[in-house]
Amino acid sequence: MFQFMHYPPQLWFGQLSLGLINGSFYALLSLGLAVIFGMLNIVNFAHGAVYMLGAFCAWFLLNGFDIPYPVLVHGHLALASAHLPSHLNMWWALFLSPLFVGIFGMILQRTMLRRLDGLEPIYGLLLTFGLAAIIQGLLQNAYGSSGEPYDIPGVLSGGHNLGFMFLPNYRIFVVVASSIVCFGTWFAIERTRFGATLRAATENPKLVQAFGINVPLMITLTYGLGVAIAAFAGVLAAPIYQVNPTMGADLIVVVFAVVVIGGMGSILGSIISGYMLGLIEGVTKVIYPQASGVIVFVIMAVVLLMRPSGLFGRAS
Amino acid sequence: MAEAALLRVENLQSWYGESHILHGVNFEVGKGEVVTLLGRNGAGKTTTLKSIQGMVARRTGSVVFEGQELIRQTSNAIARAGIALCPEERGIFASLNVRENLMLPPPVRPGGLGLAEIFELFPNLQERLSSQGTKLSGGEQQMLAIARILRTGAPLLMLDEPTEGLAPVIIEQIGMTIAKLKAKGFTILLVEQNFLFASKIADRYYVMEDGRIIDAFTAQSLKANMEKLHDYLGV
Repeated sequence: MFQFMHYPPQLWFGQLSLGLINGSFYALLSLGLAVIFGMLNIVNFAHGAVYMLGAFCAWFLLNGFDIPYPVLVHGHLALASAHLPSHLNMWWALFLSPLFVGIFGMILQRTMLRRLDGLEPIYGLLLTFGLAAIIQGLLQNAYGSSGEPYDIPGVLSGGHNLGFMFLPNYRIFVVVASSIVCFGTWFAIERTRFGATLRAATENPKLVQAFGINVPLMITLTYGLGVAIAAFAGVLAAPIYQVNPTMGADLIVVVFAVVVIGGMGSILGSIISGYMLGLIEGVTKVIYPQASGVIVFVIMAVVLLMRPSGLFGRAS
Repeated sequence: MAEAALLRVENLQSWYGESHILHGVNFEVGKGEVVTLLGRNGAGKTTTLKSIQGMVARRTGSVVFEGQELIRQTSNAIARAGIALCPEERGIFASLNVRENLMLPPPVRPGGLGLAEIFELFPNLQERLSSQGTKLSGGEQQMLAIARILRTGAPLLMLDEPTEGLAPVIIEQIGMTIAKLKAKGFTILLVEQNFLFASKIADRYYVMEDGRIIDAFTAQSLKANMEKLHDYLGV
Protein backbone atom coordinates (compact mmCIF):
# COMPACT_ATOMS: atom_id res chain seq x y z
CA MET A 1 0.00 0.00 0.00
CA PHE A 2 2.69 2.45 1.00
CA GLN A 3 5.85 2.93 -0.99
CA PHE A 4 7.74 3.16 2.28
CA MET A 5 6.18 0.09 3.87
CA HIS A 6 9.48 -1.77 3.79
CA TYR A 7 10.50 0.19 6.88
CA PRO A 8 9.62 -1.76 10.01
CA PRO A 9 6.59 -0.43 11.96
CA GLN A 10 8.71 -0.11 15.11
CA LEU A 11 10.77 2.49 13.30
CA TRP A 12 7.66 4.31 12.12
CA PHE A 13 5.96 4.46 15.47
CA GLY A 14 9.18 5.18 17.33
CA GLN A 15 9.99 8.16 15.13
CA LEU A 16 6.42 9.40 15.01
CA SER A 17 6.10 9.36 18.78
CA LEU A 18 9.45 11.17 19.05
CA GLY A 19 8.21 13.58 16.40
CA LEU A 20 5.12 14.22 18.47
CA ILE A 21 7.34 14.92 21.50
CA ASN A 22 9.47 17.38 19.54
CA GLY A 23 6.28 18.83 18.11
CA SER A 24 5.00 19.38 21.65
CA PHE A 25 8.05 21.49 22.44
CA TYR A 26 7.82 23.36 19.13
CA ALA A 27 4.16 24.08 19.79
CA LEU A 28 4.70 25.30 23.37
CA LEU A 29 7.62 27.51 22.41
CA SER A 30 6.17 28.95 19.22
CA LEU A 31 2.90 29.59 21.05
CA GLY A 32 4.72 31.75 23.62
CA LEU A 33 6.61 33.53 20.84
CA ALA A 34 3.35 34.21 19.00
CA VAL A 35 1.69 35.64 22.10
CA ILE A 36 4.69 37.87 22.82
CA PHE A 37 5.12 39.00 19.23
CA GLY A 38 1.44 39.87 18.91
CA MET A 39 1.35 42.01 22.02
CA LEU A 40 4.86 43.45 22.33
CA ASN A 41 5.91 43.42 18.69
CA ILE A 42 9.13 41.87 19.91
CA VAL A 43 10.78 38.81 18.40
CA ASN A 44 11.81 37.24 21.67
CA PHE A 45 15.17 35.70 20.95
CA ALA A 46 15.56 35.01 24.68
CA HIS A 47 12.84 32.36 24.35
CA GLY A 48 15.31 29.50 24.10
CA ALA A 49 17.18 30.82 27.13
CA VAL A 50 14.04 30.99 29.28
CA TYR A 51 13.10 27.47 28.16
CA MET A 52 16.55 26.39 29.37
CA LEU A 53 16.09 28.39 32.58
CA GLY A 54 12.85 26.50 33.15
CA ALA A 55 14.76 23.24 32.97
CA PHE A 56 17.51 24.54 35.27
CA CYS A 57 14.95 25.85 37.70
CA ALA A 58 13.44 22.35 37.88
CA TRP A 59 16.89 20.91 38.45
CA PHE A 60 17.58 23.41 41.26
CA LEU A 61 14.24 22.61 42.86
CA LEU A 62 15.19 18.93 42.91
CA ASN A 63 18.87 19.16 43.82
CA GLY A 64 19.20 22.41 45.71
CA PHE A 65 20.89 25.62 44.68
CA ASP A 66 24.42 26.84 45.44
CA ILE A 67 24.33 30.53 46.25
CA PRO A 68 27.70 32.12 45.50
CA TYR A 69 28.95 34.88 47.79
CA PRO A 70 32.28 36.73 48.06
CA VAL A 71 34.61 35.99 51.01
CA LEU A 72 38.06 37.16 52.08
CA VAL A 73 40.61 34.35 52.22
CA HIS A 74 43.99 35.54 53.60
CA GLY A 75 43.15 39.04 52.46
CA HIS A 76 42.07 37.96 48.94
CA LEU A 77 38.60 38.11 47.58
CA ALA A 78 37.23 34.70 46.63
CA LEU A 79 33.88 33.11 45.89
CA ALA A 80 32.36 30.68 48.30
CA SER A 81 28.94 29.16 48.07
CA ALA A 82 26.22 28.20 50.45
CA HIS A 83 24.04 25.27 49.59
CA LEU A 84 20.35 25.95 49.74
CA PRO A 85 18.82 22.50 49.94
CA SER A 86 15.66 21.62 48.06
CA HIS A 87 14.00 18.32 47.20
CA LEU A 88 10.96 19.33 45.22
CA ASN A 89 10.25 16.92 42.40
CA MET A 90 8.85 17.47 38.94
CA TRP A 91 5.23 17.95 40.04
CA TRP A 92 6.35 21.00 42.00
CA ALA A 93 8.66 22.12 39.22
CA LEU A 94 5.84 22.12 36.67
CA PHE A 95 4.20 24.90 38.69
CA LEU A 96 7.08 26.66 40.43
CA SER A 97 9.50 26.82 37.53
CA PRO A 98 7.11 28.67 35.16
CA LEU A 99 6.18 30.92 38.07
CA PHE A 100 9.76 31.88 38.94
CA VAL A 101 10.91 32.19 35.34
CA GLY A 102 7.73 34.11 34.48
CA ILE A 103 8.49 36.61 37.25
CA PHE A 104 12.07 36.86 35.99
CA GLY A 105 10.69 37.57 32.51
CA MET A 106 8.36 40.27 33.81
CA ILE A 107 11.31 41.95 35.54
CA LEU A 108 13.26 41.87 32.25
CA GLN A 109 10.28 43.36 30.44
CA ARG A 110 9.77 46.14 33.00
CA THR A 111 13.43 47.07 33.29
CA MET A 112 14.67 46.59 29.71
CA LEU A 113 12.24 45.58 26.98
CA ARG A 114 9.83 48.37 27.87
CA ARG A 115 12.44 50.94 26.91
CA LEU A 116 12.22 49.73 23.32
CA ASP A 117 8.56 50.76 23.00
CA GLY A 118 7.87 52.22 19.60
CA LEU A 119 11.20 51.20 18.10
CA GLU A 120 11.69 48.81 15.19
CA PRO A 121 11.33 45.11 16.15
CA ILE A 122 14.98 44.58 15.24
CA TYR A 123 16.03 46.34 18.47
CA GLY A 124 13.97 43.94 20.55
CA LEU A 125 15.51 41.04 18.68
CA LEU A 126 19.02 42.32 19.36
CA LEU A 127 18.35 42.99 23.04
CA THR A 128 16.78 39.59 23.65
CA PHE A 129 19.54 37.92 21.65
CA GLY A 130 22.08 39.56 23.97
CA LEU A 131 20.11 38.59 27.05
CA ALA A 132 19.97 35.00 25.85
CA ALA A 133 23.74 34.97 25.35
CA ILE A 134 24.32 36.34 28.86
CA ILE A 135 21.96 33.89 30.55
CA GLN A 136 23.40 30.96 28.63
CA GLY A 137 26.98 32.09 29.26
CA LEU A 138 26.47 32.45 33.00
CA LEU A 139 25.02 28.96 33.33
CA GLN A 140 27.66 27.48 31.07
CA ASN A 141 30.29 29.06 33.27
CA ALA A 142 28.74 27.57 36.37
CA TYR A 143 27.63 24.15 35.11
CA GLY A 144 29.62 23.42 31.96
CA SER A 145 28.10 22.10 28.77
CA SER A 146 27.89 18.39 29.47
CA GLY A 147 24.40 18.52 30.92
CA GLU A 148 22.90 17.29 34.17
CA PRO A 149 20.51 14.36 34.33
CA TYR A 150 17.05 15.04 35.70
CA ASP A 151 15.00 12.26 37.25
CA ILE A 152 11.31 11.87 36.63
CA PRO A 153 8.81 10.92 39.31
CA GLY A 154 8.28 7.16 39.66
CA VAL A 155 4.76 7.17 38.25
CA LEU A 156 5.99 8.51 34.93
CA SER A 157 8.81 6.02 34.48
CA GLY A 158 8.32 2.71 32.73
CA GLY A 159 6.04 2.29 29.77
CA HIS A 160 3.61 0.17 27.84
CA ASN A 161 4.39 -2.53 25.37
CA LEU A 162 1.83 -2.00 22.64
CA GLY A 163 2.93 -5.03 20.69
CA PHE A 164 4.22 -3.08 17.73
CA MET A 165 6.30 -0.73 19.90
CA PHE A 166 7.34 0.12 23.44
CA LEU A 167 5.79 3.43 24.45
CA PRO A 168 7.42 5.12 27.46
CA ASN A 169 4.86 6.62 29.87
CA TYR A 170 6.79 9.85 30.01
CA ARG A 171 6.25 10.48 26.29
CA ILE A 172 2.50 10.12 26.75
CA PHE A 173 2.69 12.52 29.67
CA VAL A 174 4.61 15.14 27.65
CA VAL A 175 2.13 15.03 24.78
CA VAL A 176 -0.88 15.24 27.09
CA ALA A 177 0.57 18.01 29.28
CA SER A 178 1.64 20.12 26.31
CA SER A 179 -1.73 19.68 24.57
CA ILE A 180 -3.50 20.81 27.74
CA VAL A 181 -1.34 23.93 28.03
CA CYS A 182 -1.68 24.71 24.32
CA PHE A 183 -5.44 24.24 24.36
CA GLY A 184 -5.75 26.20 27.61
CA THR A 185 -3.78 29.12 26.20
CA TRP A 186 -5.72 29.07 22.95
CA PHE A 187 -9.00 28.98 24.87
CA ALA A 188 -7.94 31.80 27.19
CA ILE A 189 -6.99 34.04 24.28
CA GLU A 190 -9.75 33.22 21.79
CA ARG A 191 -12.73 32.53 24.02
CA THR A 192 -12.54 34.58 27.21
CA ARG A 193 -13.10 38.18 28.19
CA PHE A 194 -9.45 38.56 29.15
CA GLY A 195 -8.42 37.14 25.78
CA ALA A 196 -10.71 39.55 23.92
CA THR A 197 -9.04 42.45 25.70
CA LEU A 198 -5.65 41.01 24.83
CA ARG A 199 -6.56 40.63 21.15
CA ALA A 200 -7.92 44.16 21.09
CA ALA A 201 -4.78 45.51 22.75
CA THR A 202 -2.72 43.70 20.13
CA GLU A 203 -4.65 45.56 17.41
CA ASN A 204 -4.87 49.02 18.92
CA PRO A 205 -3.21 49.38 22.34
CA LYS A 206 -3.81 53.13 22.51
CA LEU A 207 -7.56 52.87 22.16
CA VAL A 208 -7.83 49.93 24.56
CA GLN A 209 -5.93 51.92 27.15
CA ALA A 210 -8.23 54.89 26.55
CA PHE A 211 -11.13 52.59 27.50
CA GLY A 212 -9.68 52.32 30.99
CA ILE A 213 -7.53 49.21 30.70
CA ASN A 214 -4.02 49.22 32.09
CA VAL A 215 -2.32 48.17 28.86
CA PRO A 216 1.29 48.47 30.10
CA LEU A 217 0.46 46.04 32.92
CA MET A 218 -1.19 43.74 30.41
CA ILE A 219 1.92 43.78 28.24
CA THR A 220 4.07 42.80 31.21
CA LEU A 221 1.71 39.96 32.13
CA THR A 222 1.64 38.77 28.53
CA TYR A 223 5.40 38.62 28.38
CA GLY A 224 5.37 36.78 31.71
CA LEU A 225 2.83 34.31 30.33
CA GLY A 226 4.79 33.63 27.14
CA VAL A 227 7.99 33.12 29.12
CA ALA A 228 6.23 30.91 31.67
CA ILE A 229 4.97 28.61 28.89
CA ALA A 230 8.57 28.31 27.64
CA ALA A 231 9.74 27.46 31.16
CA PHE A 232 7.00 24.82 31.39
CA ALA A 233 8.32 23.30 28.17
CA GLY A 234 11.81 23.41 29.67
CA VAL A 235 10.68 21.40 32.71
CA LEU A 236 9.04 18.81 30.44
CA ALA A 237 12.20 18.63 28.34
CA ALA A 238 14.60 18.22 31.27
CA PRO A 239 14.30 14.41 31.64
CA ILE A 240 14.48 13.88 27.87
CA TYR A 241 17.35 16.11 26.76
CA GLN A 242 19.09 16.55 30.14
CA VAL A 243 19.50 19.97 31.70
CA ASN A 244 22.02 21.74 29.55
CA PRO A 245 22.82 25.46 29.11
CA THR A 246 22.74 25.11 25.33
CA MET A 247 19.45 23.18 25.12
CA GLY A 248 17.51 26.34 24.28
CA ALA A 249 19.92 27.67 21.69
CA ASP A 250 19.75 24.33 19.85
CA LEU A 251 15.99 24.43 19.69
CA ILE A 252 15.17 28.08 19.17
CA VAL A 253 16.23 28.33 15.52
CA VAL A 254 13.84 25.54 14.55
CA VAL A 255 11.10 27.13 16.65
CA PHE A 256 11.51 30.41 14.78
CA ALA A 257 11.05 28.53 11.53
CA VAL A 258 7.87 27.01 13.00
CA VAL A 259 6.58 30.46 13.92
CA VAL A 260 7.25 31.75 10.42
CA ILE A 261 5.48 28.74 8.89
CA GLY A 262 2.46 29.14 11.19
CA GLY A 263 2.28 32.89 10.63
CA MET A 264 3.80 35.47 12.97
CA GLY A 265 1.47 36.17 15.85
CA SER A 266 -1.10 33.47 15.04
CA ILE A 267 -1.91 31.42 18.16
CA LEU A 268 -3.65 28.54 16.43
CA GLY A 269 -1.12 28.59 13.59
CA SER A 270 1.82 28.20 15.93
CA ILE A 271 0.22 25.31 17.81
CA ILE A 272 -0.82 23.37 14.72
CA SER A 273 2.40 23.95 12.81
CA GLY A 274 4.39 23.03 15.94
CA TYR A 275 2.88 19.53 16.18
CA MET A 276 2.74 19.13 12.41
CA LEU A 277 6.40 19.94 11.86
CA GLY A 278 7.45 17.65 14.72
CA LEU A 279 5.63 14.81 12.97
CA ILE A 280 7.03 15.73 9.56
CA GLU A 281 10.52 15.67 11.06
CA GLY A 282 9.75 12.20 12.44
CA VAL A 283 8.60 10.97 9.03
CA THR A 284 11.73 12.42 7.45
CA LYS A 285 13.90 10.56 9.95
CA VAL A 286 12.40 7.30 8.70
CA ILE A 287 12.42 7.98 4.99
CA TYR A 288 15.51 10.09 4.51
CA PRO A 289 17.29 10.74 7.83
CA GLN A 290 19.91 12.98 6.21
CA ALA A 291 17.23 15.60 5.53
CA SER A 292 15.69 15.59 9.00
CA GLY A 293 17.82 18.53 10.12
CA VAL A 294 16.78 20.79 7.27
CA ILE A 295 13.25 19.68 6.39
CA VAL A 296 11.68 22.39 8.59
CA PHE A 297 13.69 25.07 6.82
CA VAL A 298 12.83 23.70 3.41
CA ILE A 299 9.14 23.86 4.35
CA MET A 300 9.67 27.38 5.66
CA ALA A 301 11.17 28.47 2.35
CA VAL A 302 8.28 26.94 0.40
CA VAL A 303 5.65 28.49 2.68
CA LEU A 304 7.34 31.89 2.46
CA LEU A 305 7.33 31.68 -1.32
CA MET A 306 3.66 30.72 -1.53
CA ARG A 307 2.13 32.42 1.50
CA PRO A 308 4.47 35.11 2.83
CA SER A 309 2.28 35.73 5.88
CA GLY A 310 2.45 32.07 6.94
CA LEU A 311 -0.12 29.29 6.84
CA PHE A 312 -2.41 30.90 9.42
CA GLY A 313 -1.18 34.48 9.33
CA ARG A 314 -3.36 37.37 8.36
CA ALA A 315 -1.97 39.16 5.34
CA SER A 316 -1.39 42.74 6.42
CA MET B 1 -23.11 76.80 34.08
CA ALA B 2 -19.87 78.64 34.82
CA GLU B 3 -19.44 77.34 38.35
CA ALA B 4 -20.84 73.87 37.74
CA ALA B 5 -18.74 73.02 34.65
CA LEU B 6 -18.36 69.26 34.35
CA LEU B 7 -15.29 69.63 32.15
CA ARG B 8 -13.01 72.65 32.13
CA VAL B 9 -10.15 72.84 29.65
CA GLU B 10 -7.61 75.61 30.18
CA ASN B 11 -4.62 76.52 28.04
CA LEU B 12 -4.45 72.97 26.69
CA GLN B 13 -1.44 72.47 24.44
CA SER B 14 -0.37 69.24 22.83
CA TRP B 15 2.18 67.77 20.50
CA TYR B 16 2.52 64.84 18.11
CA GLY B 17 6.24 64.23 18.08
CA GLU B 18 7.76 67.57 17.07
CA SER B 19 4.58 69.12 15.73
CA HIS B 20 2.79 71.46 18.07
CA ILE B 21 -0.92 70.94 17.37
CA LEU B 22 -2.91 72.66 20.13
CA HIS B 23 -1.77 76.14 21.13
CA GLY B 24 -3.77 76.79 24.26
CA VAL B 25 -7.37 75.61 24.04
CA ASN B 26 -9.89 77.01 26.54
CA PHE B 27 -13.50 75.92 26.90
CA GLU B 28 -15.90 74.26 29.25
CA VAL B 29 -18.81 71.86 29.14
CA GLY B 30 -21.62 71.98 31.67
CA LYS B 31 -23.30 68.92 33.10
CA GLY B 32 -25.98 67.60 30.75
CA GLU B 33 -24.99 69.84 27.84
CA VAL B 34 -24.36 68.88 24.24
CA VAL B 35 -21.41 70.99 23.09
CA THR B 36 -20.04 70.89 19.56
CA LEU B 37 -16.55 71.77 18.38
CA LEU B 38 -16.67 73.20 14.86
CA GLY B 39 -13.82 74.09 12.56
CA ARG B 40 -12.13 73.26 9.31
CA ASN B 41 -10.07 70.16 8.73
CA GLY B 42 -6.83 70.34 10.66
CA ALA B 43 -8.12 72.95 13.14
CA GLY B 44 -7.33 70.60 16.04
CA LYS B 45 -10.80 69.27 16.94
CA THR B 46 -9.89 65.59 16.99
CA THR B 47 -6.62 66.38 18.73
CA THR B 48 -8.58 68.26 21.40
CA LEU B 49 -10.64 65.15 22.15
CA LYS B 50 -7.57 62.92 22.12
CA SER B 51 -5.74 65.33 24.37
CA ILE B 52 -8.59 65.37 26.88
CA GLN B 53 -8.55 61.56 26.84
CA GLY B 54 -4.77 61.53 27.32
CA MET B 55 -3.98 59.87 24.00
CA VAL B 56 -1.32 62.30 22.74
CA ALA B 57 2.40 62.02 23.32
CA ARG B 58 2.70 65.27 25.24
CA ARG B 59 0.20 67.76 26.63
CA THR B 60 0.27 70.67 29.02
CA GLY B 61 -2.30 73.02 30.54
CA SER B 62 -5.26 71.89 32.55
CA VAL B 63 -8.14 69.44 32.07
CA VAL B 64 -10.42 69.45 35.09
CA PHE B 65 -13.26 66.93 35.16
CA GLU B 66 -15.70 66.93 38.11
CA GLY B 67 -13.17 69.03 39.99
CA GLN B 68 -10.33 66.57 39.42
CA GLU B 69 -7.20 67.62 37.51
CA LEU B 70 -6.44 65.03 34.81
CA ILE B 71 -3.53 66.56 32.91
CA ARG B 72 -0.94 64.26 34.46
CA GLN B 73 -3.09 61.11 34.31
CA THR B 74 -2.69 58.24 31.85
CA SER B 75 -5.49 57.56 29.39
CA ASN B 76 -6.71 54.51 31.32
CA ALA B 77 -7.01 56.59 34.51
CA ILE B 78 -8.89 59.29 32.57
CA ALA B 79 -11.34 56.66 31.29
CA ARG B 80 -11.81 55.41 34.85
CA ALA B 81 -12.50 58.99 35.93
CA GLY B 82 -15.57 58.95 33.68
CA ILE B 83 -14.64 60.22 30.20
CA ALA B 84 -15.27 57.99 27.18
CA LEU B 85 -14.28 58.55 23.56
CA CYS B 86 -15.89 57.31 20.38
CA PRO B 87 -13.01 57.87 17.94
CA GLU B 88 -13.31 59.25 14.44
CA GLU B 89 -12.00 56.05 12.85
CA ARG B 90 -14.54 54.17 15.05
CA GLY B 91 -11.91 51.75 16.29
CA ILE B 92 -13.88 48.54 15.84
CA PHE B 93 -11.59 45.58 16.46
CA ALA B 94 -11.30 43.10 13.60
CA SER B 95 -10.19 40.21 15.81
CA LEU B 96 -13.23 40.62 18.08
CA ASN B 97 -16.83 39.79 17.30
CA VAL B 98 -19.61 42.32 17.87
CA ARG B 99 -20.35 41.07 21.38
CA GLU B 100 -16.68 41.18 22.37
CA ASN B 101 -16.34 44.67 20.90
CA LEU B 102 -19.39 45.76 22.83
CA MET B 103 -18.18 44.27 26.12
CA LEU B 104 -14.59 45.46 25.78
CA PRO B 105 -14.58 48.74 27.75
CA PRO B 106 -14.89 47.97 31.44
CA PRO B 107 -17.68 49.73 33.39
CA VAL B 108 -16.21 52.75 35.18
CA ARG B 109 -19.18 53.64 37.36
CA PRO B 110 -22.77 52.52 37.91
CA GLY B 111 -25.46 54.02 35.75
CA GLY B 112 -24.32 52.73 32.37
CA LEU B 113 -26.89 51.45 29.92
CA GLY B 114 -27.78 47.79 30.16
CA LEU B 115 -27.65 45.55 27.11
CA ALA B 116 -31.45 45.64 26.80
CA GLU B 117 -31.41 49.46 26.61
CA ILE B 118 -28.55 49.37 24.11
CA PHE B 119 -30.39 46.94 21.85
CA GLU B 120 -33.46 49.15 22.09
CA LEU B 121 -31.37 52.05 20.73
CA PHE B 122 -29.54 49.91 18.16
CA PRO B 123 -31.65 46.87 17.24
CA ASN B 124 -29.28 45.97 14.38
CA LEU B 125 -26.50 45.14 16.79
CA GLN B 126 -28.48 42.45 18.56
CA GLU B 127 -28.87 40.47 15.35
CA ARG B 128 -25.17 40.60 14.56
CA LEU B 129 -23.62 39.79 17.94
CA SER B 130 -21.46 36.94 16.71
CA SER B 131 -20.32 38.62 13.47
CA GLN B 132 -16.77 39.85 13.18
CA GLY B 133 -16.73 43.50 14.23
CA THR B 134 -15.36 44.85 10.99
CA LYS B 135 -17.90 42.87 8.88
CA LEU B 136 -20.61 45.32 9.94
CA SER B 137 -21.70 48.12 7.64
CA GLY B 138 -20.28 51.58 8.27
CA GLY B 139 -23.45 52.68 10.03
CA GLU B 140 -23.56 49.59 12.21
CA GLN B 141 -19.91 50.04 13.11
CA GLN B 142 -20.66 53.60 14.17
CA MET B 143 -23.54 52.39 16.31
CA LEU B 144 -21.31 49.76 17.87
CA ALA B 145 -18.65 52.37 18.58
CA ILE B 146 -21.21 54.54 20.37
CA ALA B 147 -22.99 51.63 22.08
CA ARG B 148 -19.78 50.31 23.53
CA ILE B 149 -19.07 53.47 25.53
CA LEU B 150 -22.66 53.74 26.79
CA ARG B 151 -22.24 50.56 28.80
CA THR B 152 -19.41 52.01 30.88
CA GLY B 153 -21.46 54.57 32.78
CA ALA B 154 -19.02 57.35 31.88
CA PRO B 155 -21.01 60.60 32.26
CA LEU B 156 -19.03 62.48 29.59
CA LEU B 157 -19.15 61.05 26.07
CA MET B 158 -16.88 62.49 23.40
CA LEU B 159 -18.07 61.65 19.89
CA ASP B 160 -15.71 62.40 17.03
CA GLU B 161 -17.62 62.90 13.77
CA PRO B 162 -20.22 60.21 14.33
CA THR B 163 -22.01 60.96 11.05
CA GLU B 164 -19.00 60.90 8.76
CA GLY B 165 -19.63 58.90 5.61
CA LEU B 166 -23.07 57.66 6.65
CA ALA B 167 -26.39 57.61 4.83
CA PRO B 168 -28.99 60.26 5.82
CA VAL B 169 -31.35 57.74 7.39
CA ILE B 170 -28.56 56.49 9.66
CA ILE B 171 -27.47 60.03 10.49
CA GLU B 172 -31.03 60.65 11.61
CA GLN B 173 -30.93 57.57 13.82
CA ILE B 174 -27.69 58.72 15.40
CA GLY B 175 -29.17 62.18 15.96
CA MET B 176 -32.11 60.64 17.77
CA THR B 177 -29.76 58.53 19.84
CA ILE B 178 -27.80 61.58 20.94
CA ALA B 179 -31.04 63.34 21.90
CA LYS B 180 -32.06 60.31 23.97
CA LEU B 181 -28.68 60.19 25.64
CA LYS B 182 -28.98 63.85 26.51
CA ALA B 183 -32.42 63.21 28.00
CA LYS B 184 -30.86 60.45 30.11
CA GLY B 185 -28.46 63.00 31.57
CA PHE B 186 -25.29 62.20 29.62
CA THR B 187 -23.02 65.11 28.78
CA ILE B 188 -21.80 65.09 25.21
CA LEU B 189 -18.84 66.76 23.57
CA LEU B 190 -19.23 66.43 19.83
CA VAL B 191 -16.87 67.09 16.95
CA GLU B 192 -18.82 67.47 13.75
CA GLN B 193 -18.26 68.64 10.19
CA ASN B 194 -21.93 68.20 9.41
CA PHE B 195 -23.12 71.53 10.70
CA LEU B 196 -26.75 70.86 9.82
CA PHE B 197 -26.65 67.73 11.98
CA ALA B 198 -24.95 69.53 14.86
CA SER B 199 -27.40 72.43 14.74
CA LYS B 200 -30.29 70.10 15.58
CA ILE B 201 -28.83 68.74 18.79
CA ALA B 202 -26.18 71.08 20.22
CA ASP B 203 -26.71 73.54 23.07
CA ARG B 204 -23.52 75.45 22.41
CA TYR B 205 -20.73 75.66 19.86
CA TYR B 206 -17.06 76.45 19.94
CA VAL B 207 -15.19 77.29 16.76
CA MET B 208 -11.60 76.12 16.42
CA GLU B 209 -8.84 77.37 14.14
CA ASP B 210 -5.11 76.61 14.18
CA GLY B 211 -5.24 74.78 17.49
CA ARG B 212 -7.21 77.44 19.38
CA ILE B 213 -10.81 78.24 20.19
CA ILE B 214 -11.59 81.43 18.30
CA ASP B 215 -15.29 81.91 18.99
CA ALA B 216 -18.30 80.54 20.84
CA PHE B 217 -22.06 80.60 20.25
CA THR B 218 -25.14 79.36 21.97
CA ALA B 219 -27.86 77.61 20.00
CA GLN B 220 -30.05 80.70 20.47
CA SER B 221 -27.50 83.10 19.01
CA LEU B 222 -26.72 80.82 16.10
CA LYS B 223 -29.03 82.47 13.56
CA ALA B 224 -27.62 85.93 14.26
CA ASN B 225 -24.08 84.68 13.73
CA MET B 226 -24.63 82.57 10.63
CA GLU B 227 -22.54 84.78 8.39
CA LYS B 228 -19.56 84.77 10.73
CA LEU B 229 -19.82 81.01 11.01
CA HIS B 230 -19.82 80.57 7.24
CA ASP B 231 -16.65 82.62 7.19
CA TYR B 232 -14.99 80.46 9.85
CA LEU B 233 -15.92 77.17 8.28
CA GLY B 234 -15.47 78.28 4.69
CA VAL B 235 -18.76 76.74 3.61
